[in-house]
Amino acid sequence: MKLTFALYRYNPDVDTKPYMKDYTLEVPDGSDMMVLDALIKLKEQEPSLAFRRSCREGVCGSDGLNMNGKNGLACITPLSTFKGKKIEIRPLPGMPVVRDLVVDLTQFYKQYEKIKPYLINDEKAPAREHLQSPEERAHLDGLYECIMCACCSTACPSFWWNPDKFIGSSGLLHAYRFLIDSRDTATEERLSELDDAYSVFRCHGIMNCVDVCPKGLNPTKAIGHIKSMLLKRAV
Amino acid sequence: MVTNAASFGRSGVHDYILLRASAVILACYTIFLVGFIACSAPLTFEIWNGLFSSLPMKVFTLITLVALLIHAWIGVWQVLTDYVKHTALRGVLQFTFVVVAFSYLASGIVIVWGV
Repeated sequence: MKLTFALYRYNPDVDTKPYMKDYTLEVPDGSDMMVLDALIKLKEQEPSLAFRRSCREGVCGSDGLNMNGKNGLACITPLSTFKGKKIEIRPLPGMPVVRDLVVDLTQFYKQYEKIKPYLINDEKAPAREHLQSPEERAHLDGLYECIMCACCSTACPSFWWNPDKFIGSSGLLHAYRFLIDSRDTATEERLSELDDAYSVFRCHGIMNCVDVCPKGLNPTKAIGHIKSMLLKRAV
Repeated sequence: MVTNAASFGRSGVHDYILLRASAVILACYTIFLVGFIACSAPLTFEIWNGLFSSLPMKVFTLITLVALLIHAWIGVWQVLTDYVKHTALRGVLQFTFVVVAFSYLASGIVIVWGV
């Protein structure tokens, strides 16, 4: 079966502006390779094509791409998803393009850094370790699994318009992961840092993040919990 | 924390509360008016004039006009900060909008309390 791909191409050293270029790939009948495998095959045709990948099994989050208008991980998206239609592959939207399908995620990581993604505990260190009950640990389910592929944040218009001020869905999912952690004692400080008109409240709950998350997580729900915590603290 | 001075509320959570509280008032007013019109057919000038002559309706309308001002102020500020990146232009647009919104409020007060 012959599949047609339209790939976003841009090499800032050579090109004055980005363009889409068509490629065809012969895919053996009955095989359902992943988009990443197809990209690796296309790179044999076009060695200058640049994209990120690492684990090839949906764990590292390196190959977040926009495929036929929807963000996702190329390594766990089968070609059959597109039902034989032309497959348009673009870099994650809203981020500066370094080259072809590779984007600059500096702003995304800056927002992650802002939420202090580590446990803060000012109590006397226990002899062995901070213990949690199974119930307390269960609060972290659906939060700690985020692999930071940036599919969610870059699918969010609020992040496109204010990437320097709005934390973004991924960052906020992580923020809630630490806010709800029974071992963390900096809840008040964390909430104070988030209590402005942009960091959390630019999320209007359109749930693009939930729609695209390749790990099936629900950042909108986590953001809702943060809003409730801020609200309870304020009234 | 990101600071903002042009919005109506003092903080993100303040804006959030004001938006929702004003939305409740606007929804109540809309439902009441639609219900009144639906239940008062045929609607005559006397019925309409009588409705707006009563003190509770005047107060309800005034509260709704204030709620509309607050709701629109915060909403427009959010839209402008999303889409208008030029600070001076955004400032002028926000200022113009707020002046217009206050004019609507003033006109509303004069009209409602003139009945």
